[in-house]
Amino acid sequence: MSTSAASAPRRFAFTPRRLRDRVGDGILHVVTAAAALSVLVVSGLIVYELVKDSKLTRDAFGFSFITSRAWDPVKGQFGALDFIYGTIYTSLWAVLIAGPAAIAIALFLTELAPRWTRTVIATLVDLLAAIPSVVIGLWGIFILGPVIQDHLGPFLSRWFGWTPFFKGTPQLEGYLAAVIVLAVMMLPITAAVARELFVTVPRDLKEGALALGATRWEMIRGVIIPQTRGGLVAAVMLGLGRAIGEAIAVTQVIGDTLGIHLSLFEHGDTLASRIAAQYQGASSNLQKSALVELALVLLVFSLITNILAQVIVRRFERQLGKS
Amino acid sequence: MSDRSGFSLAPTRQLRRRKLINLFAEIVMLTAALAAIAVLVAVIVAVVQRGHGALTKDFFTKPPSTNFLTGASGGGIANSIAGTIVIVACATVIALPIGILVAVYTSEFAHGWVRRVLAFVLDVVNGIPSIVIGIFIFGIYVLSHQQSAFAAGLALSIIMLPLVARSTQEVLALVPTTLREASFAMGVSRWRTVVGLIIPASFGGILTGGTLAIARAAGETAPLLFTSSLTTNEVSWNPHVALQSIPLTIFQDLEAPDPALHEQAWGAALVLLTFVLVVSVLSKAWLARNRRKLSR
Repeated sequence: MSTSAASAPRRFAFTPRRLRDRVGDGILHVVTAAAALSVLVVSGLIVYELVKDSKLTRDAFGFSFITSRAWDPVKGQFGALDFIYGTIYTSLWAVLIAGPAAIAIALFLTELAPRWTRTVIATLVDLLAAIPSVVIGLWGIFILGPVIQDHLGPFLSRWFGWTPFFKGTPQLEGYLAAVIVLAVMMLPITAAVARELFVTVPRDLKEGALALGATRWEMIRGVIIPQTRGGLVAAVMLGLGRAIGEAIAVTQVIGDTLGIHLSLFEHGDTLASRIAAQYQGASSNLQKSALVELALVLLVFSLITNILAQVIVRRFERQLGKS
Repeated sequence: MSDRSGFSLAPTRQLRRRKLINLFAEIVMLTAALAAIAVLVAVIVAVVQRGHGALTKDFFTKPPSTNFLTGASGGGIANSIAGTIVIVACATVIALPIGILVAVYTSEFAHGWVRRVLAFVLDVVNGIPSIVIGIFIFGIYVLSHQQSAFAAGLALSIIMLPLVARSTQEVLALVPTTLREASFAMGVSRWRTVVGLIIPASFGGILTGGTLAIARAAGETAPLLFTSSLTTNEVSWNPHVALQSIPLTIFQDLEAPDPALHEQAWGAALVLLTFVLVVSVLSKAWLARNRRKLSR
């Protein structure tokens, strides 16, 4: 812009209005650029601060912080393995439940539902994402917990008790409640992204399959899913990112105890949940540092899933743009 | 005809099988959608059922009462309501202007890779767990100062910023290019076009994006744990001290064994849920209307 102004005749360049315009443009540019820069700075600061504030435990325990199972504030022993396990284990189960369900919902909304119901149902599913996590947690303790203990748990244990996942007696709190709560929370995100993907599938491809005599399901399996496969992976990973980072609802229902179990009826803990549960209990500097390091591990996890998901989504969008 | 050629339109066994599979798949999809709605309804019904009893005038106007002699507790949540308003206001005052500026930068000045990197970083920041952001503000601000509503607002503003920026970006992109070009053709400078034309044309959309972000921030609990949780029962509007908030009240009430506090939690949940859902539905409806109007 400055070059075009410079090449313009001089007498225009120095009229008051012209000057005002150039100054105004410059100010707008600088102010907005500063705002944009602040986003980059803050995201960098988050990483820096977490690394800095966890120095105490990083120096004391080093790499064994990740591989150690001890979490004993009294003895000053801190390890994150149990929480890392809990985070991964509950999130994977949540993905196993919510991933297919979300894709089914998105398919229902784009292919099956009567046109006039689509916006209504889509809005309702989206609203599920708007419910504050603390309210979902509250529901998880008082409504879902008893249902698991009295109905769902015994049912699962009767039919699937022979697998390692449903051994023992169902309780109010535990992995299962956390898994269901997480599945509910990641469902709307994954469904929304998947729906956007399905809408982009070219109509002639779908109609071509139907014209060849494919049933609706065969069309979905043969056309829609292969067309959007990459994007679907990203959609599920975006949901996974939410599940990994959820602290409040999980800490309310998971039982907050150390332990590495396969059975979903057992109590456990996740990274985010442990941080949330200890917000008033951190007395020593070492424990504070340990909490910050938990947050750092959690940040690394969620960054990996999110960045991967974003990269996949973007590559997918570029492909769509090309074809 | 079928007799002579041996050709029949009656479904073969294989076709029947395919149709059966199709039917099964469609039922699964329908069930999934119904299940999602059922969960939504179940949560709302539970909160309304258990929470509406707590909603009296005192619930909104009085702070919690704690009787140390009998151990009975309960009362109102006026302090939490005031605290949530102050905290969310702090967050909005920070996040809304910066978010809009970031969106203006990406739509007016950034090109090529700068725009892509910025969009990418915004999406990644949006994915950072809120408890990590709470720990971040705890480390960078609370440790050197103290817990306060302002610190909580800072944390929430980091959560709101990408939401505001992304939604504003989307609305700005909807402003017709012809409008912009008409302005440039008249010799109007860029900043005047932005301030006088583009922002006003998309103002409704920007605001609704902002309210959606507010609804999201108002329900966040995790960032408040480390930034504004050491509170008193007094009703205060001072952002320099730690203030109680509605989500935190629910969270803390649950950990107490007292049934009166559980009832208070359900009441608070009803207040929070009503606010969040009503604001979300209204802004989404408004946004859809705006989008239609702008893109026409």
